[in-house]
Amino acid sequence: MSSEIADPIATYISTTILKNPKRGIKPDEKLISSGLIDSFHLVDLGLFVEEKFNVRIDDSELNAEMFDTLDQLVALIRSRQ
Amino acid sequence: MPTFFDVLRACFEQAPDRVTIHLAQSRQEDVAITYRDLLRGAAGFARVLAAHDIRQGDVVVLIQQHGEALIHGFWGAVLYGAVPSILPPLTEKLLPDRYRKDLAALIGLTKPRAIVTYSAFRGEVEQAIHMAQRAGETRCIVVDGVASIEPDFAALGGSTCSEGDIALLQHSSGSTGLQKGVALSHRAIFNQLNAYAPAIELSDSDVIVSWLPLYHDMGLIASFLLPVLLRTPLVLMSPFDWVRAPARLMQLTSKYKGTLTWLPNFAYNFCATRIRERDMEGVDLSSLRAVINCSEPVYHSSHVAFLDKFRRWGLQERALATCYAMAENTFAVTQSAIGQPIARNEGGGIGNAGQVSSGRPLSNVQLRILDANHVALPENTIGEIALKSDCMLSGYYHRLDVTAQAFHDGWYLTGDLGYVLHGELFVTGRKKDLIIVGGKNVYPQDLEHLAGEVDGVRAGRVAAFGVFNESAGTEDVVVVAEAESDDEDVRESVAEAVRMHVTRNSDVAVRQVVLVDSRWLIKTSSGKVARSANREKFLSEMAE
Repeated sequence: MSSEIADPIATYISTTILKNPKRGIKPDEKLISSGLIDSFHLVDLGLFVEEKFNVRIDDSELNAEMFDTLDQLVALIRSRQ
Repeated sequence: MPTFFDVLRACFEQAPDRVTIHLAQSRQEDVAITYRDLLRGAAGFARVLAAHDIRQGDVVVLIQQHGEALIHGFWGAVLYGAVPSILPPLTEKLLPDRYRKDLAALIGLTKPRAIVTYSAFRGEVEQAIHMAQRAGETRCIVVDGVASIEPDFAALGGSTCSEGDIALLQHSSGSTGLQKGVALSHRAIFNQLNAYAPAIELSDSDVIVSWLPLYHDMGLIASFLLPVLLRTPLVLMSPFDWVRAPARLMQLTSKYKGTLTWLPNFAYNFCATRIRERDMEGVDLSSLRAVINCSEPVYHSSHVAFLDKFRRWGLQERALATCYAMAENTFAVTQSAIGQPIARNEGGGIGNAGQVSSGRPLSNVQLRILDANHVALPENTIGEIALKSDCMLSGYYHRLDVTAQAFHDGWYLTGDLGYVLHGELFVTGRKKDLIIVGGKNVYPQDLEHLAGEVDGVRAGRVAAFGVFNESAGTEDVVVVAEAESDDEDVRESVAEAVRMHVTRNSDVAVRQVVLVDSRWLIKTSSGKVARSANREKFLSEMAE
């Protein structure tokens, strides 16, 4: 996994969304279907990713079918870059 | 006074071609539902109820996704003379097991004759009925869509309903909230609509736009019953679509020239920070004459953020309005004057300077501020808000005990605190330890019970409370629990387990879990965890 994409996202999730900077995010950990990230914060995550990596992710793509893990999100971003 | 049935029949006979609901669904064309479509669909649904031996006055619970089946189901139950109650389906984050338990508890108490749901959800509902030991008495009816038929009004059971009969039940969320079904009569609902329509200056040129869920009073009454029964066109989108794509609300407002919408406070912040400029291209919000902030504490900062963001797309400052409402009063208690600046506390007296008014009581509502002994207080004094009206609940369904406790000498005790200044109501807080997150009422005892189920948490030593988050415009849920272990790593994993367990078993995502040493939490003399004292202690010692 490319850490230059994954690391900032993991940090954003643990620090800003979960308010627990010490919590690691595993690459294959379920984020959405597990309830870890709720729907309100999913929109935040989408905006963060767009801004940070200069890619476009539409609102309709923010769901567990498009990506549910950090790995899958990284793959989605790479496919857009 | 008419019943729902009489009004629906008149709409069907007098305005069959008029569009009542524009149903917006993601990635599909909007569906325009006329009164003819609505009542033909409802009649089709009523026939399904007849086929399942439902009787007039039976409670019919509707658990459907936001869409035509839900709309036809609700009005179909009304035509049939049954009592509909809309409940939310299972969401992604909630554990199915928890949902089932809560639903089973509701079935045991409310004893609905039927639960109507969609085929993919049938298993959940049947298990809950089984858990409640109501198999055979509560039926699970699967409806994915019904064939419309011409309504035969004379033959439909709703024709024999009278204005004092219960028209619907409304439940708030969570294990505690589900135990209190608010029963409202036709009379109470029409009294509310007749008083509320002039308060918002409702006219023939209005168009209501809503993303609100129909299992919530603001969604059900202001943004579903009011438009359908008073013939105001409604543009309705799903709450799930709105959360993922909040810009859709603005696009729909622009497309249909929406004039009225109701939002909980957090939605102002959510829209202001989450909507992208590219999604606002070509959008014009100048048609909006009232954006009404309701169902959680109102913050001026949220209005400022909303106005700053959307002014360039035509939003007018005078469109900002406020309302104080509760399901027990059908909906609105107060409403700010439409098209006027919202009154604010100018400081120098009681309350916080800058605080936003919730407006004046509706014409049919009497309001009092009471002290701890239920004695009325003068203006400019903080106390419990109590009210009397002709649109109050008939009672909490099957809960005479709880209903009696809610009133004192004919006055409904809201549990909210506030004061009146120049005739305007200012809501300052709550007497009850209730947390309101994004407009949803959350009972802290439910969250504390869940946290206490996690290994490593000391039994009975948990406090849950809300802390206002200015950027979100709503409260964050904080759980403070005493840990059995001193070990940092162990505490870390216990905190994580508490977060996940509470989040997945309740309607809220827990924002912060703090594990503390034993005896950190303050208890009352009767040995209960004192939530507000612990909240103060948390804020002074460990808030960021």
